[in-house]
Amino acid sequence: MTTTTVQSEKPGPAAHDKRNPVAAFFRQREIPVAAALVALVLITFAINPLFLSPQSVKDLLLNATIMIILAVGQALVIITRNVDLSIGSIVGLVAFGTGSLFNIAPGMPIPLVFLIGIVFGGLLGAVNGLLVTLAKVPALVITLGTMYIYRGILSTWAGSKQYFSGDNPKEFGNLSVDTFFGFPIITIMAVVVVVIVAIVLGLRRGGRDLYAIGSDPDAAKLFGIPTGRRVMAAFIACGALTGLAGILYASRYNSVGALTGSGLELDVVAAVVVGGVAIFGGSGTVVGAAIGAVLLSTITSSLTATRVDKFWQQAIVGVLILAAIVIDRVVSIRNTRKLRVSEARDV
Amino acid sequence: MELFQKFGGSGRRSNARRIASVAAIAATVALVATGCASGGSDTASTDSAGGDSPGSIVFLPKQLNNPYTDVVLGGGDTAAGEIGFEASTLGPLEASASAQVPFIEQATQEGANVIVIAANDPDAVGPSLQQARDAGAKIVAFDSDTNPDYRDVFVSQVVAKDVGLVQLEMIADQIGGAGDIAILSATATATNQNEWIKYIEDELASNPKYKDIKLVTTVYGDDDADKSFKEAQGLLQSYPDLKGIISPTTVGIAAAGKYLSTSDYKGKVALTGLGLPNEMREFVKDGTVTEFALWDPAQLGYVAAYAGQALLDGTITGAEGDTFTAGDLGEKEVGADGIIIVGPPTKFNAENIDDYDF
Repeated sequence: MTTTTVQSEKPGPAAHDKRNPVAAFFRQREIPVAAALVALVLITFAINPLFLSPQSVKDLLLNATIMIILAVGQALVIITRNVDLSIGSIVGLVAFGTGSLFNIAPGMPIPLVFLIGIVFGGLLGAVNGLLVTLAKVPALVITLGTMYIYRGILSTWAGSKQYFSGDNPKEFGNLSVDTFFGFPIITIMAVVVVVIVAIVLGLRRGGRDLYAIGSDPDAAKLFGIPTGRRVMAAFIACGALTGLAGILYASRYNSVGALTGSGLELDVVAAVVVGGVAIFGGSGTVVGAAIGAVLLSTITSSLTATRVDKFWQQAIVGVLILAAIVIDRVVSIRNTRKLRVSEARDV
Repeated sequence: MELFQKFGGSGRRSNARRIASVAAIAATVALVATGCASGGSDTASTDSAGGDSPGSIVFLPKQLNNPYTDVVLGGGDTAAGEIGFEASTLGPLEASASAQVPFIEQATQEGANVIVIAANDPDAVGPSLQQARDAGAKIVAFDSDTNPDYRDVFVSQVVAKDVGLVQLEMIADQIGGAGDIAILSATATATNQNEWIKYIEDELASNPKYKDIKLVTTVYGDDDADKSFKEAQGLLQSYPDLKGIISPTTVGIAAAGKYLSTSDYKGKVALTGLGLPNEMREFVKDGTVTEFALWDPAQLGYVAAYAGQALLDGTITGAEGDTFTAGDLGEKEVGADGIIIVGPPTKFNAENIDDYDF
C-alpha cells in the first residue's frame, strides 16, 4: 500500500522500468535539472574558459555546499507536504552560536562544536515539528512564526555584535577551504549527507512513509503510519541539517551576526522545487533537490563570470521555478491518465 | 493551496483538539506580537522627554546591527549624553532605499527635535524629511548625504575627494602603479560610494601618474557579506589580469578579504578600500591586505549630534561660514552647501592596526 501511494506519482516509469531502462532513466525528474546544469557549465565555460580553472571549480563547489545541505533538509519536510521557512533564522542562530562557543572556549574540539551545532539545530527543528504535529497548525504559518521568533531571539542575543573569522581557531576556518584529492572537505561532507538521506528515504520504511504522508495524509493515517512521529522526525532532521549548514556558514564567511542567513529560506525552497520535489509533497528526491541547489548557486557564479547583468539573475531563477512546476504538472497529469487506462485494462 | 490544509485534517476532530489548535495559533501570534512590541518600546520611551531636556534626537542609520553603524552611533550617544538630548535610534534591518521612510515618519510623529540620517538613497527619503521639517525638526545628514534640499547640514567624515583619492593612492602603491583594477562597491544607489568612485574615475582620467592603471569594472555587493563574497569571486574569474580591488565599503572589503585569504589569489591581487580595523586585522596580519583606510566613525556621530544641537539653539543655520563647538573635538565650520567636515582619513596597516579597537 505504501509503495502504491508513492508510485501514484510516477507509475509510468515504474511500469516501464523493466522493459526499457534507458527510457526510464530519461524520465527521472532529476534528469532535466542535471542536463540544465551541465549545459549551463558548458556554455559558461565556452564564453569564459576561466570558469573551470581549479580555483573556480573549488569556489563553485564551496558555494553550493551549504545550499546542498539546506536543500536536503528542506526536501525532507516538503516531501511530507509541509514546509520549513525558519531555516534562515536557524542558520543564523547556529552560526552565531558557533562564534560564541569559540569565543567562550577557544580550545574547544571542532567535532564537539559540530555536535553542539547539529543538536541545537535539531532542537529548533523539533519546536517546529511539535507545533506542527501536536497543535495541527499548518507548517506554513507555524514556521513563518518561528522564523520571526528565532530571528528575534538572535537579534536580541547578538545585537550589533559580530564574530569575525579571525576570532575562530585557524583550523575551523581552514575546514571550508581544505581539499581532499582536489575536492573541498565540506563538499564531500555534503555529498555523504545526500547519499545517506537518499538511502534512508528511498529504501527504508520510515523514509517511504514520508512519501505516503505527503501523497495523502489521511490515507497514510488510515493505513496505520505514525504520521505525527514521521513528520516530527522530518522536521528534526531538517533542523539538524540546517544546524550543520550554520556551522559551515560560520567557517566559510568572514562574519556572523544578527542578520546571518536571513532570506536563505526562499532560495532553498526554490532550489528544492527546481530540483523536482513537488511543493505539494509526495514526490521528488533529495538527489534532485541537491542538484537544484547546485544549479541555482552555479547560475549566480556563471552570470558573474560571463559578466551578465546581475539583475537578470533573479528573473532567471523565477523562470526556472515556473518551468519546474509546469513540468511537474504535465508529468503528473500524464501519469494519472496512464494509471486510469491501465487500471481499466486490469479490470 | 494544500499547504494551508491542516496536516492530517480529517474533518472529524474533537472540540478539545480544535481548542488546542486555536490556542497554539494564539500563542504563536502572541509570541510574534510581543516580539514586535518589545522592539517598539525602546523607541517609544523617548516620548517622555523631561522638561529640562534640550530636546530629543533621533539617529536613523542606513541599517541597524551593522558594526560600522554601531561605532558611529556610539559617538552620537556620547555627544547626546553630554548635551543632554533624549537620544534614540530607529532604522531598518536592511539597507534599502524605501525602508527608511516609515522610520522618518515615526520620528516625526514622536516629535523629534533633531533627526540625524544616513540616507540609503538621496531622494527617496526627501518627501518624508520635508514633512519632518514642516513639523519643526532639524535635519542633520551624516555618513551619506540626502539631496541638499531636504536637510539643514551634512556632516561628512572627510572631504569626499580625499576619500576617493586616498584609496586610489593606496591601490596604485600596492600594484606598482600599473595594471587593471576593479571596484567592489555597496549598493548601486549608495550616495557616498558613488561620489568616491566618481572622484577615482576622474583622477584616473586626468592624472598622468595613473595613466597605466585601468579601472575595468565596478560591481555591487549590496553590503551583503554573501553577495560581496561572490562578486569578489566573479571579478577574479572574469578579469584574469586583475591586479587590485578597491572596496569602498566595510562589508565589501571584509568579504573580499576573506575570499582572497582563502584562495590562490592571496598576495597576488591587492585589496584596499575602507574597512574596520577589527574586521580587517586578520587579513592584514596574514598578508592579504597591506593597507586600507577609514576615519574614526565615532567622531562622525559625535559631530552630527553637536551639529543638531547648534541648529536647534540657533548657533548655526547651515549657511556657509557658520561655526559651532563640537564638544571635545573643538570648533567646526560649515562649508559650502552646508557640509561639515570631521577630519582626514586614517590609514591602517600592520604597524598601527593594533592601536585601534572599532
